[in-house]
Amino acid sequence: MTSSRLFPLATTFVIFLIAYGLCIAEFPNMLSTRVVGNLLTDNAFLGIAAVGMTFVILSGGIDLSIGSVIAFTGVFLAVAMGDWGVPPVLALVIVLALTTAFGALMGAMIHYLAMPPFIVTLAGMFFARGMAFLISIDSVPITADLYDTLQGLYYRMPGGGRLTFIGVAMLAVVLLGIVLAHFTSFGRNVYAIGGNRQSAELMGVPIARTTILIYALSSFLAGLAGIAFSLYTSAGYSLAAVGVELDAIAAVVIGGTLLTGGSGYVAGTLLGILIMGLIQTYIVFDGTLSSWWTKIVIGLLLFSFIALQRGLVWLSARRRGAAMPA
Amino acid sequence: MIGREPLLRADGVTKEFFGVTALSNVDFELAAGEIHALVGENGAGKSTLIKILTGAYRRDRGRIALEGESIDPADVMDAQKLGIGTVYQEVNLLPNLTVAENLFLGREPKRFGLTSPREANRRSREILSQYGLDIDVTAVLATYSVAVRQIVAIARAVDLSGKVLILDEPTASLDAAEVSRLFSILEDLKARGLGIVFITHFFDQVYRIADRVTILRNGQKVATRPIAGLERIELVSMMLGRELQEQEAHGAEPVDYSKKPVVASFEGVGKRGRIAPFDLTMHAGEVVGVAGLLGSGRTETAELMFGIAQPDEGRIAVDGRPASFSSPREAIHHGFGFCPEDRKLDGIVDDLSVRENVILALQARRGWAKPLSRKEQEEIADRYIAALDIRTSDREKPIKFLSGGNQQKVILARWLATDPRLLILDEPTRGIDVGAHAEIIRLIGELRERGMSLLVISSELEELVAYATRVRVLADRRHTGELEAGAITPDTIMRAIAAGEDETPGDRGGKGRAAEILAEGAA
Ligand SMILES: Nc1ncnc2c1ncn2[C@@H]1O[C@H](COP(=O)(O)OP(=O)(O)OP(=O)(O)O)[C@@H](O)[C@H]1O
Ligand SMILES: [Mg+2]
Repeated sequence: MTSSRLFPLATTFVIFLIAYGLCIAEFPNMLSTRVVGNLLTDNAFLGIAAVGMTFVILSGGIDLSIGSVIAFTGVFLAVAMGDWGVPPVLALVIVLALTTAFGALMGAMIHYLAMPPFIVTLAGMFFARGMAFLISIDSVPITADLYDTLQGLYYRMPGGGRLTFIGVAMLAVVLLGIVLAHFTSFGRNVYAIGGNRQSAELMGVPIARTTILIYALSSFLAGLAGIAFSLYTSAGYSLAAVGVELDAIAAVVIGGTLLTGGSGYVAGTLLGILIMGLIQTYIVFDGTLSSWWTKIVIGLLLFSFIALQRGLVWLSARRRGAAMPA
Repeated sequence: MIGREPLLRADGVTKEFFGVTALSNVDFELAAGEIHALVGENGAGKSTLIKILTGAYRRDRGRIALEGESIDPADVMDAQKLGIGTVYQEVNLLPNLTVAENLFLGREPKRFGLTSPREANRRSREILSQYGLDIDVTAVLATYSVAVRQIVAIARAVDLSGKVLILDEPTASLDAAEVSRLFSILEDLKARGLGIVFITHFFDQVYRIADRVTILRNGQKVATRPIAGLERIELVSMMLGRELQEQEAHGAEPVDYSKKPVVASFEGVGKRGRIAPFDLTMHAGEVVGVAGLLGSGRTETAELMFGIAQPDEGRIAVDGRPASFSSPREAIHHGFGFCPEDRKLDGIVDDLSVRENVILALQARRGWAKPLSRKEQEEIADRYIAALDIRTSDREKPIKFLSGGNQQKVILARWLATDPRLLILDEPTRGIDVGAHAEIIRLIGELRERGMSLLVISSELEELVAYATRVRVLADRRHTGELEAGAITPDTIMRAIAAGEDETPGDRGGKGRAAEILAEGAA
C-alpha cells in the first residue's frame, strides 16, 4: 500500500523531529538559523553524493567509489587551476566530464561483464584514489577568484544563519533528484530494476542503458560533491573523504531506502543526512562527548532501521498473504 | 488470408541451450485478425518460440518478418516498439511498483517533459475497468492477488500491442468469469485486425476462441491447422505423439467414513477477515475437493490447516490428540504436506538442481542431521522424474532452465516425496499439459487408495469430479456446502458455488457473479 511505502520515510521524519526536539530541550541555542545553516553547509558534499547513492541503492546496487572520486575531484581541481593554469570554469567542466565517464564505465562493466557492483566499484574506489595520488600527494590549496566569489555567496537568514552557496546547491540537487526519481521514465526504470531485474527486462526496461546511467549519475554527483568539498575546504587532498561512501550509504538507509532495492525516497536521504548532522552538532554543543559518539549513535540508528525494514517486509508479506485469493 | 503476406512470420527458427535443442527449424505464421493457439507438452518449446519472436532470446538460426519486413528485435523494448505486446509465462510484473506504474512502465504519460502520475492513474482506472477490475491503482502491486496481477499483466500487454498480442498461459489463475471477459476483449482486438498468439493447456479455451492452432512437439512443429473440423482426439495425439488413454469419466466411489481412521480434525477453525470458522474432518483414504471462486477462501483454508497462518479460534486434533501449528514446520512434523498455488513465489529454488529441489522437503522433515545419501537422493529424484514425466536433460540441471510446467511438476514431486499422511494440493494441474494432467489425476487416486488423506483445491470442475470423494464448496470466505460422492458433477458443483455466492450479500456483488458463473456454465 502507498502508506506502507511511505512508512519508512515517515518514521525517519518523526525520528528527525524527536531528535531535534531533544537537542533543543537540552541546548535551546540549537533552535537557530545558524545551526540550520551550518547543518546544510557542513553536510552539503555528503548530501550531494548521497543523492547519487540513493539511485544506485534503489536499483539494487552499491557504489563504493564515491569517496575516492570526491578526493580525486578536489586534487584535480587544485592542481589543474594552480599548476596547470586551466581556467577554473573549464577545470570544473573537465572534472565533471571525467567523473561522469568514469561512472559510465563502471556501469558498463557491471552490465556487460555481469559483475557485482560491489566488486566493480571497489576496484573503482582504489583506482580513483590512486589517480588522485598520481596527481599529487600533498594537500594543495586552491586559489581562484571563482572560488572566492562562490564562497562569499550566501543569504543571511533572519537570526544570523548563513545559507551558503553549497548548502543551496545541495538542496537543489535533492530537489532535482526527487524530480528525477519520481517524474521521469529513468526514475521508474531505476525502481523497476531494483524491484526485479528479470521482470523489468521482460517488460522492456532498457537495462544496459539504465545501469550505465545510474552509475554515471552517481559518479557525476560524486564529482559535484567533490567540487562542493573543495569549496568547503579550499583545498584538494588525495587523502580526503575517506569512507564518505559509507556515510552516504548510512544516510540512504536511515532515510528509509531498502538496501535490497526497489523502494525508497530521495527526500528520505536528505532527512538521513540531517539526522546524522544533527547528532554531530549535538556532540559539538555538548563539548565533553568524544566524536566517536557520532559513530556509535549512527551505528545504533542503522541497526534499528535495518530491524524496522525487516519488520516491514515481514508485515507486508503477511498482508499480502491476507490479500491472496483462494 | 490466403495469398496475403501474413502479419507475423517465422521461418526455420532454431534455438539451442547448452547443446540441448529447444527449437529446431520451426515455421510459424500469424495472420492479421486471427487468434492463433500454440499448444504442446510441457517443454515442447512454446515459451522459447515466443521469447524469440519478441526479442527476449536471440535465435541461433531463422528469419522473422512482420508485415513482410524482416525484423530482428534485439530486446523486448524493440518488439514493443514494433507493436508486439507480450505476457510472458513467468512474468509477474514488478511488485514494488504501483498498479499504474506497472501498466505504464516504459511509456509513462508525460506533461511538460515530466511523467504525470495523475494521468497514468486515470488511464489505468479506465483500462482496468474494461476488465471489470475496480481497484486502487496507486497501491503497490504486491498487495494484490495473483489473479489481479495476471489481469494487470494482460491489460498492459493488450494496451501495448498495436499489431500483435502474445499471451503465454494467461488464464492459469483466472476464474471462469474473468476468462470470458478476457475472451471478449480478445474478440474485439481480433475484429480490429490484431494478430493474437495464445498459449494454453486448456483445450476448451482453444476450441472456444482460436481460429487456428499450431502444435509443437519436442521443439519441432507438428502442424498448423484450422480449428474448425479438427477433432480433439487428433489434436491431442498430434501433441503427444501418441493416443491419450481415455479418462474414466465416472467419479470416485462413495466412501464409508466410519471405517476410515480420522487423520486430523478441524473444529470451528477460523481467522477473522480471512476465513469464517469451519469444521472439517480428514479421513485416511479420502480426497476432499475444494471448489469456489477466486477469493472465496480456498487458499486461506489450506493455510490455516498447514500452519502458514494461525487461526484465532477453533480446535485442531491430529490422531485424536489436540495440536496447534505455529509454523508449517510443525505441520510437516505431524506428517502434513502442502504444495502451494504460487509455486514461483513459494517453491522453486532457482539455482538448485532438479534433484535438490525434489528432496528438499523430505530432507527438511528428516532433519539436516540425517542427510539422505547421494544414492537415495538420486533414486528418489529419478523415480519422480519418471512418474511425473518431468522433461529435463538430466536430474542435475538447475531448475530455472526447465520449462514452466516442468518446474511445477518438480515442486509437486517434492511434496509427494515426503510421503505425507495428509497432503494439501493447491491447483496441482495448473500449467500442466494434458498428458501429465491425466498422470497426476491417476496419481491422486493411487495415493488415496494407499490410505493418504488429500485435500485438493482446484478450479477445474471435471478434475474434481474425477478424483474427489467429497467436495467442499466455498463462497465469500465461508464454507457454504459439501457434496458427497455420487452427487458430484461439474454442474452440481457450479450450482453449489453459485448458491453460496447468492446467499452472501457481500460487497463483491454476489448475485451478479453467481449469474455470470451459471451463464458461463451454460455456454
Ligand atoms: N534459459 C534456458 N536455459 C536452458 N534451457 C532452457 C531455457 N529455457 C528453456 N529451456 C529448455 O527448452 C525447452 C523448451 O522450454 P519452453 O519453456 O519453451 O517449454 P514450454 O513449451 O513453454 O513448456 P511449458 O508448457 O512447461 O511452459 C525445455 O527443455 C527447457 O528445459
Ligand atoms: Mg512455457
